Amino acid sequence: MKLNSILSVALGVVAVGFAGTALRADPVDEKLIIDGEREMITRTAAPPNHPFDEVLSGWLYRTPETRALEADSFQNPGMLYVERGEEVWNTVDGAAGKSCASCHDDAAQSMKDVGAHYPKWNAAAGKPFNLELQIDACRKNNMQAEPYKFDAADQKALVTYIKYQSQGTPVAVDLAQGEMQSWWDNGKDLYYTRTGQLNLSCATCHEQNNGKYIRADHLSQGNINGFPTYRLKQGHMISVHNRFRGCIRDTRGTQPKAFSDELMALEVYVTWRGTGLSVETPAVRQ
Amino acid sequence: MATPKPRVKVPSKATKGETITIKTLISHEMESGQRKDKKGNIIPRKIINKFTCTFNGQPVFSCDMAPAISANPYLEFTAKVMESGTFTFTWADDDGSTYTAENKITVQ
Repeated sequence: MKLNSILSVALGVVAVGFAGTALRADPVDEKLIIDGEREMITRTAAPPNHPFDEVLSGWLYRTPETRALEADSFQNPGMLYVERGEEVWNTVDGAAGKSCASCHDDAAQSMKDVGAHYPKWNAAAGKPFNLELQIDACRKNNMQAEPYKFDAADQKALVTYIKYQSQGTPVAVDLAQGEMQSWWDNGKDLYYTRTGQLNLSCATCHEQNNGKYIRADHLSQGNINGFPTYRLKQGHMISVHNRFRGCIRDTRGTQPKAFSDELMALEVYVTWRGTGLSVETPAVRQ
Repeated sequence: MATPKPRVKVPSKATKGETITIKTLISHEMESGQRKDKKGNIIPRKIINKFTCTFNGQPVFSCDMAPAISANPYLEFTAKVMESGTFTFTWADDDGSTYTAENKITVQ
């Protein structure tokens, strides 16, 4: 009896200790309404078998100033890249003398909601394709143009422009296509595998510690519904695979190449984790 | 981005004496001159060093910019309008080029 009460006092002290020292950066309870007109889904019930009850957009974890930037499409610097992407869309390139618009006409119609459903299974390649790979396939087969180098300025602008046509549409990847489910499984394995000298997995930060500070930064759930995203740190659009590689670098691990099987599997899985959130491209983050 | 592109948002109509909000944004890398490339050479400074806004030739707002200002600088300010006219916006680049934009406003 006496031992019990001593124990509970001791536990109480530990609990108080944690509450006092752990810096919290909980998500805010606010709505993202772009230009006061279009409300984005930044909070939604998680799909079945998801580790969370509720899926949250990274927007909810950012500072008031950063949130305001995204809520005003004029202030949002990412919109500059949407405009640039539109120019790329209409620019003829390659031996076939075609632009994206030659086949797809007006992206506002032909690409509407398309980006919300990527990555998609590509039967010819036998792997999932994200927008970058799909664009490269189009360039090679239809335009007879060189594929883009990873993170070429035009590649990022074009992906941003295409993804922007889905802004507001909930993210939904179809795992029933082809072998998507097995890529999802591989991605899940990678998500929970600790890597690097710091021995961190994706889950260490984004599942177990989201809502806390990592140095001066807030950890979010790590959903990628806003990518390509404008990061104030770089002053540029950042692609999903750039961000994946950056995270892995921060664990002091070996970075897989962009569009490698590992990172494509991870993209399938991480995209699925954000199911139901609006595509926010171009999102603004720290 | 290759050529800096200015964007300006000014209301097209206002009533006499109204205070309007003007928003401006320009795509620009704002290279600080304090970074080095992979070989260790300093990347030369290239920033927008001055911004001016005039209304029918009269100064409205201007500012000098410094190397610590972020890429794609966004400026927002207010102005009181008494008559119809044209706002002229000018961004001066370190390399000597200037980028301009104009917006008309009708005052009723």
